[in-house]
Amino acid sequence: MSNSLSDPLRPSDHADGVERIAQPRLGLVGWLRWGWRQLTSMRTALVLLLLLAIAAIPGSIVPQRTADPNGVTQYRTNNPDLYPILDHLQLFDVYSSAWFSAIYILLFISLIGCVIPRTTHHFKALRARPPRTPARLSRLDDYTEAVRVVPAGEDAEAAASRAVDLAQAQLRKAGYRVERYDAPATGTRPAVASVSAERGYARETGNLVFHGALVGVLIAVGVGGGLTYTGQTVIVEGDSFVNSLGLGYTSFNPGRFVDTESLSPYSLTLDSFDVSYVPVGEAGQGMAGDFAANLTTRQPGQDAKQQTVRVNHPVDMAGDRVYLMGNGYAPTITVRNPAGDVVFREDVEFLPQDTNMTSLGVVKVPDGLAQQVGLVGFFYPTAATLHSGAFTSAYPALANPLLTVDVYVGDLGIDDGTPRNVYALDTSGMTQLTGRSIGVDSLKLEPGQTVDLPDGLGTITFDDNTATGGAETVKRYVSLSIHRDVGAPFVLLFAVIALLGLLAALFVPRRRLWVKAVPTGDGAVAIEYAGLARGEDPALGVAVADLQRTHGQALDAEGWPTGASAGASSAASAGASTARTDPTASAPVRATDDTHTPA
Amino acid sequence: MPASDFSLDAVSVLLVWTAIAIYALAFIAYAVDLARRSDLALQHKDAAATDAARARELVGAAASGAVGGARVGSDGSAVSRVRAEEDAAAIDLEARPSARKRYVWARIGTSLTVLGFLFHVAADITRGIAAGRVPWSNMYEFALTGTMLIVAVYLVVLLRYDLRFLGTFITGLVTVLLGATAIWFYTIVVPLSDPLKSVWLVIHVFVASLATALFALAFALSVLQLLQARRERLAIAADAVAAEERDAEASVVAETPANPVRTGPRFLRTLPSADALESLAYRFAIMGFMFWSFTLIAGAIWANDAWNRYWGFDTKEVWTFVIWVLYAGYIHARATRGWRGTRSAWLSIIGFSAVMFNFTIVNMFFKGLHVYSGLN
Ligand code: HEM
Repeated sequence: MSNSLSDPLRPSDHADGVERIAQPRLGLVGWLRWGWRQLTSMRTALVLLLLLAIAAIPGSIVPQRTADPNGVTQYRTNNPDLYPILDHLQLFDVYSSAWFSAIYILLFISLIGCVIPRTTHHFKALRARPPRTPARLSRLDDYTEAVRVVPAGEDAEAAASRAVDLAQAQLRKAGYRVERYDAPATGTRPAVASVSAERGYARETGNLVFHGALVGVLIAVGVGGGLTYTGQTVIVEGDSFVNSLGLGYTSFNPGRFVDTESLSPYSLTLDSFDVSYVPVGEAGQGMAGDFAANLTTRQPGQDAKQQTVRVNHPVDMAGDRVYLMGNGYAPTITVRNPAGDVVFREDVEFLPQDTNMTSLGVVKVPDGLAQQVGLVGFFYPTAATLHSGAFTSAYPALANPLLTVDVYVGDLGIDDGTPRNVYALDTSGMTQLTGRSIGVDSLKLEPGQTVDLPDGLGTITFDDNTATGGAETVKRYVSLSIHRDVGAPFVLLFAVIALLGLLAALFVPRRRLWVKAVPTGDGAVAIEYAGLARGEDPALGVAVADLQRTHGQALDAEGWPTGASAGASSAASAGASTARTDPTASAPVRATDDTHTPA
Repeated sequence: MPASDFSLDAVSVLLVWTAIAIYALAFIAYAVDLARRSDLALQHKDAAATDAARARELVGAAASGAVGGARVGSDGSAVSRVRAEEDAAAIDLEARPSARKRYVWARIGTSLTVLGFLFHVAADITRGIAAGRVPWSNMYEFALTGTMLIVAVYLVVLLRYDLRFLGTFITGLVTVLLGATAIWFYTIVVPLSDPLKSVWLVIHVFVASLATALFALAFALSVLQLLQARRERLAIAADAVAAEERDAEASVVAETPANPVRTGPRFLRTLPSADALESLAYRFAIMGFMFWSFTLIAGAIWANDAWNRYWGFDTKEVWTFVIWVLYAGYIHARATRGWRGTRSAWLSIIGFSAVMFNFTIVNMFFKGLHVYSGLN
């Protein structure tokens, strides 16, 4: 019976399956078939799953290029000997490595090879009839019986059939698929009425949906990845970003199939940036929160809109999602030559170095002064002096803003066209003129102040932003991440389908129930109830007992004599039942695989 | 008392310590119970043996066949004694609360656990009120709420199954985790950082804790399953030896020794068979797996809002994935010939070890985006 159509088809090494001795027939086809059967076996799936779990672990120990590129650089510096070995083993790119990919690709091939035959089989099983009633129900795990006296004046055979009709109606109402298997009386045997009922096809459906949806997740992730792009940009208050590769992005990572020429041409203007800090003296003092980048967004053919990007609340722009990733101060710095002509004026983005927004920024002035000049500035929104005499920031808001500047002259190293990081100054070809390290005080400026550069190079001004109508003395900037991921909704869809499938696969009981009625020959009918679990079904015993109880009540309602009133002479005490599934006795029943076979 | 000295959070800490102390007492009571219940069981032994014999009679042939057909009649062999004890225990396991065995120390243990739980809930709620948000937003609070859910799930399950033999494990685990939490993880209440201001904090973390609680129960049952399977094996081996000896001195009328077989801790006598423990462990594990799958999806949705991608193999994501795959492996193992039983039990044990590792070591020492432990 394990191979009957309404049974789920399982790999041959499934615990409930029948062991087949798979001897490969000689010849290529034989071996291929054998190999395929191995690949699609439960054991292979299990081993591959465990391998997948183990293989994923190194990526949480060794820094990964995608998640933590700086960590990888750091690792290289700290472990110069180990680094090339690990790199060779692709341990910095575990999740795209050849070995990790091999495991999950094999796993999914195995999965597909496993699921397809089961699906076709299940389609047929869905249309098949519940299996024939076993000849000896009493051999099943869960079995009870009752002997009922037939209502006065009724033919026992007809009564037996009607009793089974009742059970059939009850089972159908409870969601079972039912099939009658009545057999007329023969010379040696009385007539038998029986109904075979099966439920829980959803268990196998759920299992197949779950495994199929996993394939869906994998495909959505894979295809989606090729169509995804992520870019970073920085916008200072008052400035704008235009969504175009040449113009706006500081970095851009397109997937393989992204057409970078046809980005949607919207623009974002940073009107203001809000943040709140926990006041001094309270728990978590200086902690920043409620970040909000207030943008004016424009799309071709639409009116400009005011939108706010917050953490956890990205803004949708023409299918892209705009995320707030960071923020900082962008002091406006003006450098003039000795004649007073402006040779440099910019809002310089300073990178925060600590939670109190001590920030580091770099200015490069290649032209217009007697020499090339590089400035390394520290900005302290709330300047305070340490014991050592060095400055620090004591609070992240602009309570006592101060800019200190170290001046370098010489070769900025940008003339040969090599791209340089705008946030770092290569001082190897330069001479330092101010700074603690050479014993010369750094230049110090408060907003609105102008001081002389050393050696009569010119002047530097820290512009007060309020003078030009700004809300605060120093401008702020935000860094935004712009992300397009057309695959993500599909990944979610398949994941949810998988979850629902899993729910059915794990919790819908798949079981068969049988009710059989046989006239005893002395005015009574013996009614047997039996159940068989297909897979995990802790409640089967209860189901059989319930069936017997409700069926008994239905017979009572139909006017069958109840146990107490039955004065039948029948040997069997009418209406009484020997409950083999008495809950106290059912517990020690062990699942057995070989008892299902009908005799 | 000046208002500034009184804080709800201080009250919460006091409640936490009270709960720890009560759980420790519950642990002791449950441990005494385990030590004594086998003696009690011996006293009930005759009754139990009769019960079991009746049960076997009723179940008849259906009950044989499992475990290599090792089930023999009540012939005084070690195996049949073990089976009889197991069958009796299986009935006790499903007994309604009113019909349970009167293990006095287990009752004390359960009462103390309930009392400790009430303090625990009070501690959690006062912390939540003090913080003005759900009390699971940093390591201290996750641990506080997570351990509370472990106890809650245990107590709820007790209504259905008599799992008091897991009491030592549950109260022991919770005493240790909560003690460590109070000592090492305590952090003052500070406002939430921006990424945590999300409904997903409420859902994702809570469901993850629920899954953890179910995995904990499955873990404990799997450990007992291994012990019980060992006991069954040893009994079979002892019978084999006894049979050989009988054969050797065929002329002498062999007496089966009354109690010569060493088969592990004595409280195992009061536990159901390895099979029964396994199927119970499996039931908790699949519920845990459902919640864990949900946690995984909810986490990805949240990450897609907060970090601009739904999945990035951040350390915590990696471990959540590893745990999910391990339990998928466990479920598969249960369905694979040759893996059901002891081997799959080991997978459940490894799975829960990974859960604990994820919760402690990964949170504290691994670098990643999930920097919400609130510890420095
Ligand atoms: C990505 C890889 C896989 C994962 C994550 C996975 C996960 C699961 C889970 C969670 C279940 C339990 C739910 C249920 O019963 O439906 C399950 C069951 C099952 N899986 Fe997989 N699976 C994977 C691959 C495979 C493969 C390759 C096969 C075929 C060899 C397979 C065959 C089965 C079978 C037959 C069951 C039913 C087990 C039973 O009877 O209880 N799975 N799988």
